[in-house]
Amino acid sequence: CRKASAKVITINVSGGNSKEIFELFTNKLVFSDFYLFYIFWQKCDLHKLEEGPPLQAVLSREEGLQYYRTMQTMRRMELKADQLYKQKIIRGFCHLYDGQEACAVGIEAGINLSDHLITAYRAHGYTLTRGGTVREIMAELTGRRGGIAKGKGGSMHMYTKHFYGGNGIVGAQVPLGAGVALACKYLGKNELCVCLYGDGAANQGQIFETYNMASLWKLPCIFICENNKYGMGTSVERAAASTDYYKRGDFIPGLRVDGMDVLCVREATKLAAEHCRSGKGPILMELQTYRYHGHSMSDPGVSYRTRDEIQEVRSKSDPISMLKDRMLSNNMASVEELKEIDVEVRKEIEDAAQFATTDPEPPLDDLCNHIFYNDPPMEVRGTNPWTKLKSVS
Amino acid sequence: MASLRCFLRSGKVFVTVRDALNQAMDEELERDERVFLLGEEVAQYDGAYKVSRGLWKKYGDKRIIDTPITEMGFAGIAVGAAMAGLRPICEFMTFNFSMQAIDQVINSAAKTYYMSAGLQSVPIVFRGPNGSSAGVAAQHSQCFAAWYGHCPGLKVVSPWSAEDARGLLKSAIRDDNPVVFLENELMYGVPFEMSEEVQSKDFLIPIGKAKIERQGNHITLVSHSRMISLCLDAAAVLAKEGIECEVINMRTIRPLDAEAIETSIMKTNHLVTVEGGWPQFGIGAEILARIMEGPAFNYLDAPAVRVTGVDIPMPYAKNLEDNSIPQIKDIIFSVKKTLNV
Repeated sequence: CRKASAKVITINVSGGNSKEIFELFTNKLVFSDFYLFYIFWQKCDLHKLEEGPPLQAVLSREEGLQYYRTMQTMRRMELKADQLYKQKIIRGFCHLYDGQEACAVGIEAGINLSDHLITAYRAHGYTLTRGGTVREIMAELTGRRGGIAKGKGGSMHMYTKHFYGGNGIVGAQVPLGAGVALACKYLGKNELCVCLYGDGAANQGQIFETYNMASLWKLPCIFICENNKYGMGTSVERAAASTDYYKRGDFIPGLRVDGMDVLCVREATKLAAEHCRSGKGPILMELQTYRYHGHSMSDPGVSYRTRDEIQEVRSKSDPISMLKDRMLSNNMASVEELKEIDVEVRKEIEDAAQFATTDPEPPLDDLCNHIFYNDPPMEVRGTNPWTKLKSVS
Repeated sequence: MASLRCFLRSGKVFVTVRDALNQAMDEELERDERVFLLGEEVAQYDGAYKVSRGLWKKYGDKRIIDTPITEMGFAGIAVGAAMAGLRPICEFMTFNFSMQAIDQVINSAAKTYYMSAGLQSVPIVFRGPNGSSAGVAAQHSQCFAAWYGHCPGLKVVSPWSAEDARGLLKSAIRDDNPVVFLENELMYGVPFEMSEEVQSKDFLIPIGKAKIERQGNHITLVSHSRMISLCLDAAAVLAKEGIECEVINMRTIRPLDAEAIETSIMKTNHLVTVEGGWPQFGIGAEILARIMEGPAFNYLDAPAVRVTGVDIPMPYAKNLEDNSIPQIKDIIFSVKKTLNV
């Protein structure tokens, strides 16, 4: 770790307040050991919480580049899926995550891989952050044997270690997540569960049932509402009597966070994780975010919102652009470096798409497998009484 | 409170179905730390029907958990816990209330191992009383054997005797897959003789195998749960007239032991199924369809028939209720019609 000289500079933060920060200078040609103290000028909204996340975050160069790479990979992967869907190589449901990358990346940055996570059907991004590869995600979308679920799950049913999908029934994943948290507490390994749902799901009864039990039993569960302002074609104002989703947990402390800023999300997640791990029970985070695509590939996404609105978010709040600008303007990375990452990401996606379109479909004799775990082989009735198919665990 | 116990010479005891279930859970809780029980009133109340009596006192809050009256929520929590490495027993006070949670049973539990192509298993038991009781009227009397028996990814089990209850519950808890365990409230207090072998801690009844409760040559009666008692009573009456019924206790609804039924039909040439549930798309309907499609059809000397509950919501008045479910005389009547005597 190279020693560097420190210099104090004063900067004006929006709102007219001056703050003093330390900025470490290194040799401008070598970007190693560069740390940025970043100050948020937007405080989080808090509900029954004494203190929010710290108003400043430290971002190392390494972290910055990693978040950039992951978000860019996620973005390109989703756009490629869009392409493949329009070519009819992906079929059925396909709910894309582009615009929301800072949520998945920021959350993962605030927890450990040994923690647990569950989400709904807009899950490709989380499958990636939880250890899935682009190859196996895309091959699952195209329904091939190299897919993360061997082609048997599809877009909404992808799983990895400590990642419980990908769930198709709106809201059902929330009690499941609390159950995972119960197991964490029961087994005493200081792990927690991040349990995600959208603004549409937030009105589900089973979520309130879950809030009640998680709170009663002090389960180490971070409930996260990804509020992208629309539940399919219904805006939040038309669906919820109260759109303060971070307060809907009532007796559960909550905070509302800018979900387009990966550092904001990370710092809030760290606070939430600390809350859970200290045995205080569940906590609720609302991430204000946005999806560029419609609800799914069958929704153009412009009948209930204007193209202007989408364009405005893209130009002013895009999570990847925001991180890129932050890193460039603070000399944390060079333009060429980031371009190189873009090129590498593009190649990774192309390779994955190539694999996903050429890998064969699952073999027909896999049809009846995976009904039961750890069971002897059994017979499954086919479409007619003479067809008896084989099933192994 | 003490169970009816009577020590016979050969080490056999009389054990009620309730106590058999209680002992099975106790032993499995002791054997595996990951097993736990949750549901309404299971802990401090000792169980709505006292099936979990004494367990909370012995195992405490961590392993015996009282839930609020929120079936969808706690069933989902149980499934999530199973996904993350525990082995929950999720009690529904009756299976009528499982309808509130049925999405979690089917979509979250039953289908997950398949959807994940073997990555995510769900070792959970859903148990509770099923079917008609006495005087509890329409909303509390439905039989769910056919509904759950319809779904791939589930094992569905329906014990009759104390031995069934003990062996099948132990198997269900040790099974790494979602098992729906359909008990019967009216059977809880019924004592059965239990041999020493059955009393042993590792006594298991394999899921998916039926049992011949009574041998006979003239006609096969296939049934499950409480109706087995009626079949045996009917068989005793018919025996006096020289008609010997073979009574098959299904024990498991899914996977159905079609082979046991076929083997019996090849001997007796006649079939009557008996169930407490409604006729349409029910247990008997499935058995008859399978027999038609299989080798035993050619051995039938008469069409196979079903004895079922009446196709109505369950009424309250005793006389009406008694006439809504199969009685012994209905079984005797159907047997004689089938045998054309």
